[in-house]
Amino acid sequence: MFNTRIRVPETAAAGEAVEIRAMIMHPMDNGFTYSTQGTLIPVNIITDFTCRYLGEVVVQVRLEPGISANPIFTFSLRATESGPVEFEWIDQNGDVTTASADLTVT
Amino acid sequence: MKMQRRTFVASLAALPLAAPALARGAGPRVTVVGAGYGGASFIRTLRRLAPEVEITVIEQTPRFHSCPFSNGVIGGLWDGDRISFEYDGLASTGTRWASGAAVGFDPATREVTLEGGEVVTGDYVLLSPGISLNFAAIDGYSPEAAEAMPHAWQAGSQTGLLRRQLVEMEDGGTVVVAIPRPPFRCPPGPYERISLIAHYLKAAKPASKIIVLDAQDGFSKQGLFEECWAALYPGLIERIPGAESGEVEAVDPATMRVSTAFDDITADVANVIPPQRAGALALDAGLDGGIGWCPVDPVSFESTLAPGVFIIGDAAIMGEMPKSGFSAAQQGSACAAALAARIAGDDPAPRKLINTCYSLAAPDWGFSVADVYAQTADGIAAIRPGGGTTPLGADADTHAAEARYANSWFDTLTSQLWG
Repeated sequence: MFNTRIRVPETAAAGEAVEIRAMIMHPMDNGFTYSTQGTLIPVNIITDFTCRYLGEVVVQVRLEPGISANPIFTFSLRATESGPVEFEWIDQNGDVTTASADLTVT
Repeated sequence: MKMQRRTFVASLAALPLAAPALARGAGPRVTVVGAGYGGASFIRTLRRLAPEVEITVIEQTPRFHSCPFSNGVIGGLWDGDRISFEYDGLASTGTRWASGAAVGFDPATREVTLEGGEVVTGDYVLLSPGISLNFAAIDGYSPEAAEAMPHAWQAGSQTGLLRRQLVEMEDGGTVVVAIPRPPFRCPPGPYERISLIAHYLKAAKPASKIIVLDAQDGFSKQGLFEECWAALYPGLIERIPGAESGEVEAVDPATMRVSTAFDDITADVANVIPPQRAGALALDAGLDGGIGWCPVDPVSFESTLAPGVFIIGDAAIMGEMPKSGFSAAQQGSACAAALAARIAGDDPAPRKLINTCYSLAAPDWGFSVADVYAQTADGIAAIRPGGGTTPLGADADTHAAEARYANSWFDTLTSQLWG
């Protein structure tokens, strides 16, 4: 599990497009840099990011080594019903990091 | 234009060093640009070591405002008079005082052009121009925006403005302090400022809070600051480090919004400290070689790009020495000694330099880090063990003593330089 920050508004009007932000604190080592000891730092990246709203996948991203450290995703989500917005990151070893917040639709 | 100038300066450096033509019947002429900690210390020392030198001083401000101890003004520990000094004492040491700011410098001829059009020439030039603020690095920030969202990172009217905004803010307000990526002037300075704003808010506006948007992950004296914040200001300070997207990317003075890649925060008072580079005079003359800070010889502080031009203080690359007033004063003194040796026909001797950074986290809660540095051919390196840092978990008497030392340091150094 890595540290994450997510931003989901607490409430939204039905039909409103709200801005969602999700970030994971991860080095995203691309395999081309060297440590202070002169050894190559192996590839170490997050490979998948998924956001689900009301249990349904709304955003799915495949990450490559060219993406910088602490990646942030910002996107719009159309609010329809009250329910959870869930986030999931998977690293190259298959380890899963999750976060979620509830969105109340008024 | 700028590239051509830089290329030209670089080609100058490759030329063999010609001895500057000395004025007949008098000592060499030295032009000093900037009478802050670096320049004032240089003038005092050179006057003593080489009294025959003719010194012309160019200073853009009518009074000196010290960045050290300006956080105390912002926190309400003392008023602005404490950090404001007349130049009269320095001017009366037998220097010629040019009127007006320097607007141009030609490294090839060592001619400084003043805003009135006057041109000052000298055999040697000492530049102690401090920093310039890179407003363009933050979308929406500018000198005009800084009238609503002060940086207060060059002391003077900006210091007073930030203080007034804090005094006028309602209880329950949000103070945002934005800290840039290093290198910047005074590495512990932003955190001292946060502490002293917290000290003021705790007493006067206890429902308020401080949000720190920090491009850095770790910072100078972090353990000592965080120890104090936990003890004196619990819950008052929230800090978002660089790894959590703390770097400010945009501001909007109309709505007082401060934005990182992740957060948009509406501030009641926004102290936006932008990224920094060497002072504009040095930058415009190409003396930074395009890298933002000026490379200098580590013993003489002569520019590696322009013979006869010496650069000290925050504007120069000084190895492990931090960008502090204390460092600049040390460098000013060492540079004057090196130049006096040069004038006498000797090689400058490497010296040991010291720096002590005192920080006040409350009026009676001080701590410090002190280091000793060696001038070597490879650069300026800290000698370890040589200095020391206030230990974590020190008792109240120790912190109170450090606060007294800080006050005494400031009063002593400023009276030596401008008294």
